[in-house]
Parts: sequence; structure tokens; C-alpha cells
Amino acid sequence: MALSRDWMYENNGGTCVAIAGADYCVVAADTRLSIGYSIYTRDYSKICNLAEKCVLASSGFQGDIKALQKNLAARHLIYQHQHNKQMSCPAMAQLLSNTLYFKRFFPYYAFNVLGGLDNEGKGCVFTYDAVGSYERVGYSAQGSGSTLVMPILDNQLKTPSPLLLPARDAVTPLSEADAVDMVKDVFASATERDIYTGDKLEIVILNASGVRREFIDLRKD
Amino acid sequence: MARAAADLPPKGGFSFDLCRRNDMLLKKGVQPPSFRKTGTTIVGLVFQDGVILGADTRATEGPIVADKNCEKIHYMAPNIYCCGAGTAADTEAVTDMVSSQLQLHRYATGRESRIITALTLLKSHLFSHQGYVSAALVLGGVDVTGPHLHTVYPHGSTDTLPFATMGSGSLAAMAIFESKYREGLTRDDGIKLVCEAICSGIFNDLGSGSNVDVCVITKGHKEYLRNHLLPNPRTYISSKGYSFVKGHTEVLSTKITPLKEKVEVVEGDAMEE
Repeated sequence: MALSRDWMYENNGGTCVAIAGADYCVVAADTRLSIGYSIYTRDYSKICNLAEKCVLASSGFQGDIKALQKNLAARHLIYQHQHNKQMSCPAMAQLLSNTLYFKRFFPYYAFNVLGGLDNEGKGCVFTYDAVGSYERVGYSAQGSGSTLVMPILDNQLKTPSPLLLPARDAVTPLSEADAVDMVKDVFASATERDIYTGDKLEIVILNASGVRREFIDLRKD
Repeated sequence: MARAAADLPPKGGFSFDLCRRNDMLLKKGVQPPSFRKTGTTIVGLVFQDGVILGADTRATEGPIVADKNCEKIHYMAPNIYCCGAGTAADTEAVTDMVSSQLQLHRYATGRESRIITALTLLKSHLFSHQGYVSAALVLGGVDVTGPHLHTVYPHGSTDTLPFATMGSGSLAAMAIFESKYREGLTRDDGIKLVCEAICSGIFNDLGSGSNVDVCVITKGHKEYLRNHLLPNPRTYISSKGYSFVKGHTEVLSTKITPLKEKVEVVEGDAMEE
């Protein structure tokens, strides 16, 4: 009997999006957990607060994602004890990349988007693949609905190529309210066409005054 | 002997000539093209005056919704309708084909079509294609012998039932039927129960969604209630809207190639009658 890797993973679906602004960061994910053609639960948070100014949204196999979040939370606690301060978002980004690559030959089935504020208070978004390759970008989408969401974000939040010189800012000039409005609209559209996205949308907004959470309903079919 | 056989025209049905080549391609890693399935919830029940059929309206292509409002209740005869689940092309083709055959039969016999006629035509077609025509149907109607409800499976087997469900959402819908169905339902109770069963499929099965279609067939009368329920409106529309002004998409390069004229247009007389 051939042992295949497929039985060790499951895809629980879902879509995660993050947008970085001049002084804020919006991280959003739907709350549906599914398997095959069924729904496990309509009320599962894919977003995890790793640090004061750092939020992780992950889609994929939620069993692996829970383990990954525990791992990162433990490493963050050790960092706090050793350095007497919270980890910054770029530091957490590197830690996540290393953690993912550590399991290069039995990967975490997790498609991550890390959002937060960097040391200067500017919004930052880091996007990952399953084995830890990452890049700082102005916005990103991962998960089952990512192919539906990314083209709209590319069109509306045109980001300059990272290869251009002089280096241009990747963050969007949109206001926080406009970015949140776009995220809601984009998720409503993705829900229309992706069967794994829906139920409720959880939006986390980080800015200088702290962390704010918003929920809106999505289609439940 | 072999040469004589080769000269005969093919008798019909499927040609399996390309199977070996397809297997070879599969081994080399070439993905076969996917087909659109309806990933559906379809139901039917018999009530005191006739038959009620119900269906959802979502057509999927893998995890993507291909059609948010397709029609799954197909016309077979003025007194017979058929819900289809499985491959969309197969259900459309097989119901259209049998509908035409029934029409010709009506002309030949001068009588109203019977549900068992449609049933036999469907099951013999599906059996002869050995399950390759992936159509799972709920056939219902009222004829001179009374109301009838049947299910037809892709390999050609059939069941005759007082209430039936098919498709990926059939378990969710059957759960509703098994707990709430009773014989001799009134028209309104029957429609309510069918809607409940389809909604159960719509909300609990990811392959089904959008709206509820209902078809009520009674002696001498039918009502096709397209989009009887719309329980899934879009939840958020941005008030800002989107603008795509000229210059929004970067033009990287422009190349204009003038085409040489091949034809000379000459003014001529009007054509003679």
C-alpha cells in the first residue's frame, strides 16, 4: 500500500487579506471552517494576535495552523523574557519564515499573511508560501478565494514594482475607512464565487491607538 | 471478415478509441479537462393533488461558482418536469433528448405523455452508456394514472418514491423530509416543506446555494415558480464604486500595423432582379 502525504493534510478553506496603509494595517479573514462539501463551523477565527503590533491571518489546514500559532506564541514569550520588550513586526516576520522552513520536508499546510505596524509606525504586510518564502508588500491575499481577490487589489491599490529605483513606498495612500470599505466589498465579491468563503468576515485594524475588531455578515450558502 | 466489419458505419454510443492514448497522457502527468458539475440539491414530493419538485440554483466548477442562478428543473412534457444533478451538460442533453422523443410520441399516439414513458426512455439511455452519462434525475408529473415521482441514477436504476432527494445536498434535504413528511400534504404545506429541504441543502452543503426554484404539477395544470425564494442577497456593496479611467492600466508599448488592401471596391450597378 503506497503511503501518500494526502491523508496527513486537510484543506479547511477560507480567505485571508491584508492591506498596509501609511499609519494603519487592515487584516481580514472569513470565519468559515469547511471540509469537502460540508461546513464544520461558521464561527472560527483565522486571525491570531501574535504581538502588540503584529497580527497573523492563516488559511489552509487549521490543525497545522493552531500548532504554528502556539509555536510562535511560545517563541514570542521567550523573546519578551530575554529582551524585555515586544517583538516588532519585521522581527516576527523573520521568525515565522524560519519556523516554516524548519519543517521544509513535512511542511505546515498554512498560507499566511502577517500584518502590523513597523518600528516607524507605518503599516507593513508580509506574505508567505507554505515553506517560508516571504516578502514585504503593500497588500496580499491568501487562501481559497485569493485568486478572486488579488486581481481587484492589484487594480485598485496599484503598487509600484519593488525593482524600481529609487525605492518607492509600497503602502497604499488610501484612508483607513476606504481600505476597510474595500476589504468588505472584496470579500462580498469573493463569497459570491468561492464556495469555501462566507458566513462572517472578521476585520482587525491596527493603528497607533491600538487594535480594533469589526464583524460583518457574509452569505451563508 | 474483419474488412467487412470495418466498412460498416458506427452503431452509435461512445467510441472508446482514445482510451489508451488518454491513459498514456495521464501517466505522463497531463491533466484531463474538468467538466462543470451542478453540485446540487434537488428534491421531489407527492402531495394530495400532485407532485412538487424543488431545486437550488448554483452550478460549480470545482470550488468556484460558475453560475449563480442556473435552471435545474427541466421541461419534459406539459405535465412532466425533471430535476437534474451531476454533470450539467449531461442533464441538459438527456432531458432535452427525452423531451423531444416524448413530443414525437405524443404526435404518434394523440395522448398526454405518461411519466413511466419518460422514465423508461431515460433509464434505457443511461444504462446503455454504462454510467458515463453522469446524470442523476428526479422525475415527477401527473398523468391519467395519477401523480408519480421517480429517481433515476447515472447507471440506469430507478426508484419510485413518495419523496426523494438527489445531489451533493441530498443528505441535508432528506433529513428534513424524513422528519417532516406526511402523506396528503396540502399545496402550501408541500411548497413550504420543499423550500425548507432545499434551504437545508443551500446552507449546509457547499455545492448548493443561491436561490430556490419550485415546480408544482397537478392534474391538467402546472406552476413553474422560478426563484420562489431568494434567501441569499449580496451582503455588502461598496457605495464608492469603482472607476476605470483611461490611463488606469499602463500602456507599455504601442505598435500600429496598417493592413494592405486586398480588395478594390468599385462602384457598380444595382443587382438585377
